[in-house]
This record gives sequence, C-alpha cells and structure tokens, in this order.
Amino acid sequence: MTIRKFLVLFSVVIFSPVGDAFLARGMKQSGAIDVHHVAHVFAAVASPWIILGIACLIAGMANYMTALSFADLTFVLPATAFGYVTMVLIAHFWLGEHVSLVRWAGIALIVTGVGVVARGPSRTGETGEALYAAASREENE
Amino acid sequence: MRTLYTWVCIFITVVAASAGDVLIALAMRRIGDLGVLRRSRGLSAVVMRVLSSGAFLTGIAFMAIAFFSNLMGLSWADLSLMGPATASLTFIVSALGAKFFLGEDVDRRRWLATIFVCAGVLLVAH
Repeated sequence: MTIRKFLVLFSVVIFSPVGDAFLARGMKQSGAIDVHHVAHVFAAVASPWIILGIACLIAGMANYMTALSFADLTFVLPATAFGYVTMVLIAHFWLGEHVSLVRWAGIALIVTGVGVVARGPSRTGETGEALYAAASREENE
Repeated sequence: MRTLYTWVCIFITVVAASAGDVLIALAMRRIGDLGVLRRSRGLSAVVMRVLSSGAFLTGIAFMAIAFFSNLMGLSWADLSLMGPATASLTFIVSALGAKFFLGEDVDRRRWLATIFVCAGVLLVAH
C-alpha cells in the first residue's frame, strides 16, 4: 500500500460521511416528506446544505472509484467502512444525535474489521488488463 | 407506519447500492488503475474512459435509485439509523456479488472483516 493509495482511501472516509451529514442537516430543515407527496424529495435538492452534501459525496465517489481501480471491492468496502466511524462522530458532535455505549462498541468492531482486511492483499482475481482483453474478445466474436 | 416506510427505503437502497457497487467495481477493474492512466494520458482521458463504460453508467443508474431512496429515508429517520442499517446489509450483498460476479478471492480474512464491519455497523444502528 503506497502513500498515494492510502490517501485515496483516507479521502473516501472523510468526504462521504461529511456529505451524508450535510444531507441529513438539509433534510431535517425541509421537514418530514409525506408519503403521498414523494415528489417533494426533488424540491429538497435546492437547499444549500443538500448541494454542499452532493458536492462532498461526488468527491468521495471519485476517490472511491479510484480505489476500486487498484483494489478489490471486498477490500475497498470494509476498508472504507471507517467512514461510518467518522459519521457517528459527526452525528454526535455536530448534529447532536445521542451516541450510546452499544454504538461505541459497534465502532470498535468496525475498526477491528478494517484492521483485519488491511493486513491482507488488496487485489485478487484477474487483473484489469486481462479482464479488458477478455471483454474485447467477447465483443469481437 | 413511519418505521415500515423507513425499512422499505432501506431495502430498496441496499439492493440498488449493491448492484451499483458491483457494476462500478467491474468497470474500474476493466479500466485499470485510474492514477496510472491519469499520469500517462491526462485527466480528460480518464473521464472519457470512465463515462464511455456501459457497466459504469448502469452502476450509476442503480446508485441514483439508492441515493433518492436513502434521501427519502433520511427525512423520516436519523442519519445514525439510515446510514448504518443500509450499509450493514449492503456489505453482505456486495461481498456475495463480488465473489460470484467479479471472481474476487473472498477468503476467510475478508469474510471475517466483512462480518466484523457488518456487526459493528448493526450495533451502531441499534
């Protein structure tokens, strides 16, 4: 794992939860959406919190895709799960949601899971080049 | 009723997000390391290569379904329920997808990590 690859994964666990927190903030401001007026969810997109949230989620997504280009999905998913730790910290300290002892225990389990997967290989199965060649062969046939 | 609506949103989000995850991972696996591609061909080449991938575009469509389903859920429930609940289930469904559709070697270490993370996320959702 090079520093570049580590930074890509680190960006995912910062941008994505911050984006989610902005979305939550925006949706709380707009109030609960009535199930008979589901289309109102599209109006919420005009809120500045929602726009900011979407911008952060795009940044998180770009880094997540970069991570997938050099590592397996079953490596990237557990590794970037650390984002949920960031998310609970934000929910607790910024949104003022209550975080119980059980939730802190959950955070400990997530951190353990991230530690377990990070000690293994990041890429298994066929490489991108081999898969791409196989895909183009199929298209030509 | 609010609880039922929340869980319907969670179910739709999980199925759509897992399909999106697997398809986007497939696209990225075919394209190869984006960092290497950017250094040799430039950022616009990376963007063009990604946007011309059918697997990527289909994956994004599924992600969009998951996004709006999640957004609706957030208007009924706390972020600290919606986020972890959708995530914990998406881990398992996506890991199965990666094993069967992407041919990844999901060994004991990876299942252990997936189960730790899934259990942790469930506790966080408690």
